[in-house]
Amino acid sequence: MADLEKFRAETRAWLEQNCPPEMRKPMTSDGDTFWGGRNTKFSSEAQRVWFERMRDKGWTVPHWPKEYGGGGLDGEEAKIVRQEMAAIGARQPLTSFGISMLGPALLKYGTEEQKKEHLPKITAGLIRWCQGYSEPNAGSDLASLQTRAVGDGDDYIINGQKIWTSYANYADWIFCLVRTDPAAKKHDGISFILFDMASKGVSTKPILLISGYSPFCETFFDNVRVPKSHVVGTVNRGWDVAKYLLQHERAMISGMGERGVGRPLGQIAADSVGADTQGRLDDAQLRSQIANFEVDEAALAAAAERAVDLAKAGQSHPAFSSAMKYYGTELNKRRYEILMSAGGIDALEWESDRSKGGARPRAWLRTKANSIEGGTSEVMLGIVAKRILDLPGA
Amino acid sequence: MALVLTEEQSMLRDSARGLISDKAPVAHLRGLRDSKDTTGFSRELWKTFAEMGFSGLLVPDQFGGSGLGCVEAGIVMEEIGRTLMPSPFLSTSVLAASALSRGGSEAQKAQHLPKIADGSLLAALAIDEGAKHRPLQTKLQATRAGNGFKLSGDKAFVVDGHTADLLIVAARSAGSAGDKNGLTLFLVDPKAKGLTVERTAMVDSHNAARIVFDNVEVDADSVLSEVDQGFGLLEGVLNIGRGAVASEMVGLSDEVFGRTVTYLKERKQFGKAIGEFQALQHRAAELYIDIEITRAAVLKALQALDTDIAKAATAVSVAKARAGTTATLAVQEGVQMHGGMGMTDQFDIGFFMKRARVCQELFGDSNYHTDQLASGKGY
Repeated sequence: MADLEKFRAETRAWLEQNCPPEMRKPMTSDGDTFWGGRNTKFSSEAQRVWFERMRDKGWTVPHWPKEYGGGGLDGEEAKIVRQEMAAIGARQPLTSFGISMLGPALLKYGTEEQKKEHLPKITAGLIRWCQGYSEPNAGSDLASLQTRAVGDGDDYIINGQKIWTSYANYADWIFCLVRTDPAAKKHDGISFILFDMASKGVSTKPILLISGYSPFCETFFDNVRVPKSHVVGTVNRGWDVAKYLLQHERAMISGMGERGVGRPLGQIAADSVGADTQGRLDDAQLRSQIANFEVDEAALAAAAERAVDLAKAGQSHPAFSSAMKYYGTELNKRRYEILMSAGGIDALEWESDRSKGGARPRAWLRTKANSIEGGTSEVMLGIVAKRILDLPGA
Repeated sequence: MALVLTEEQSMLRDSARGLISDKAPVAHLRGLRDSKDTTGFSRELWKTFAEMGFSGLLVPDQFGGSGLGCVEAGIVMEEIGRTLMPSPFLSTSVLAASALSRGGSEAQKAQHLPKIADGSLLAALAIDEGAKHRPLQTKLQATRAGNGFKLSGDKAFVVDGHTADLLIVAARSAGSAGDKNGLTLFLVDPKAKGLTVERTAMVDSHNAARIVFDNVEVDADSVLSEVDQGFGLLEGVLNIGRGAVASEMVGLSDEVFGRTVTYLKERKQFGKAIGEFQALQHRAAELYIDIEITRAAVLKALQALDTDIAKAATAVSVAKARAGTTATLAVQEGVQMHGGMGMTDQFDIGFFMKRARVCQELFGDSNYHTDQLASGKGY
């Protein structure tokens, strides 16, 4: 305990000294997120300095082993780093699907060679990854995917199409589900494979969404040649890797609401709807919606903390991330419904500088995907019913 | 602090669960109700509670207790919630023990705390006066008289008030309803002249009383903590009680949910278990998630109370608000999914529904605590 308190004090002092003031302000645009990758640029000098200091300390991913560029911290220490970063409002120095999705799967299923090849490039922000999971005819029924990988000597030749590939047009590499045995049952003929998006035959086409943005792409594979050694885990057992990765993806999505940062919802609402003489919002229904939301938000934060602690104590259920994903995404949608209601007509402007290019309505529309991506809310409830509650025939 | 139980805490839970499920299943409460038992709980079982160290859980070591914290009290409350065992644990071991050990003089502590720990003294906290929990609106009047005070007014919903040997009474000694200043807590003998106790049979078959004070004389030594400055102590004690009741509701919700899921797997209609229907599966899954999130919020609040009670108010409001809505959902889904059987008195599920309704009102319902949170955040 004393050691942990010492670690906390040291962490606090280090962050105080090394986190630039600009990196302690709430993020206001997409450019404030640093994703890394071959073609990346820093949006500010402060962003560069903060990233490099954290990278050099191994704290872009504090809990990964040092040999892969992580910080080598145990669960309690990593929690302290998160808490101390949150206490000063420090931004994540690096955001990537390599950290939140591929990394955990590689650590569990990858060969030593694969780990050494890919993990250090993730922690150092050199390679940006995207996820090739969904297909036009394989959404909630992901395991029915049809992208084919056919053996050709030491390589596979990959043909097919993925969809909803987040930021595929910016990504350097893809982790991809492909069918390697079309004769097997649908869960049994899938492999999990890694390849360079610069490979011949890969093309991407951004999809325009209701937000006016294009965070997702259609991704096409036309005779893409990939070495067989790029399969992670066992050939035809890629579904195990895919599911394990999805647990991490769902945990990440459940935490997407920007909890506890920025101005409180009640104050944001007071700007537009005003307050009575006692300081209460001049819209009793809205006040009540916000308060109910904040109760649930605080409870979810406790549940997220508990989920990590349970995992560390070896007491967590592997499907619990589905429960958190369901609740976290539905809550984030509620947050943005409240923000839209609180903003009134000011939240309807789509292009003006005054509205930062319609940041609020675009973000509101973006949240509608939260309960679809990474498994719909309905799929999450089905998983909880089947795997946790053991209900029949689910 | 990790949001999981320590090994010692898990052992406490196991021993509480063992005792309570063995000696006081729901049938125990049913028996007391059906026989119109005048005590409303088992004094013999309370003796066992004392022998196992539960009654003195929050009493400091030097007064014969275990000196444990709110997390441990919550663990016992959660187990109580699973079988709805009626006992003086909340009134005496949680509320009175907290009030005395936090606000009592050395003499008051020495006089009462050892007896709470050994199970020989039952105590009750008298707060509510109107239909809803509004501690600041306390009107029961304390007027200076000679060396002490005279108390006049009414109290309602005094948990275990009908069997208490000692009452802790919130009274207004200065200011007017709504003021934080001017509240004083008094230790009052229920046998005092001018004091009338009416046991009130409640919907949940648990124990409560209405108490009328008609110029009840108390001396200066009966003041708990400071004259006119009792609100800080009272709010702390109430927050401990709120955390405890929230724990009871977690246990209650979890038990109802477990029984309901079992029923979904057993009950067959249209040639299959009703748990195969997605309409019910998704509702069951949502309820499970709701309970787990509330469980975390309640543990967070109990830890906050043990760490720094002065900073625990928001966490406690979150916990009590969540526990109230979760328990309400759990019992409603429980009855609905049990179909007609859920409506019968023969089935236990109705007992849980009734108790959940009472727990909602105890020390502020979900609306009260949600409003507290909003006010606390300044909107």
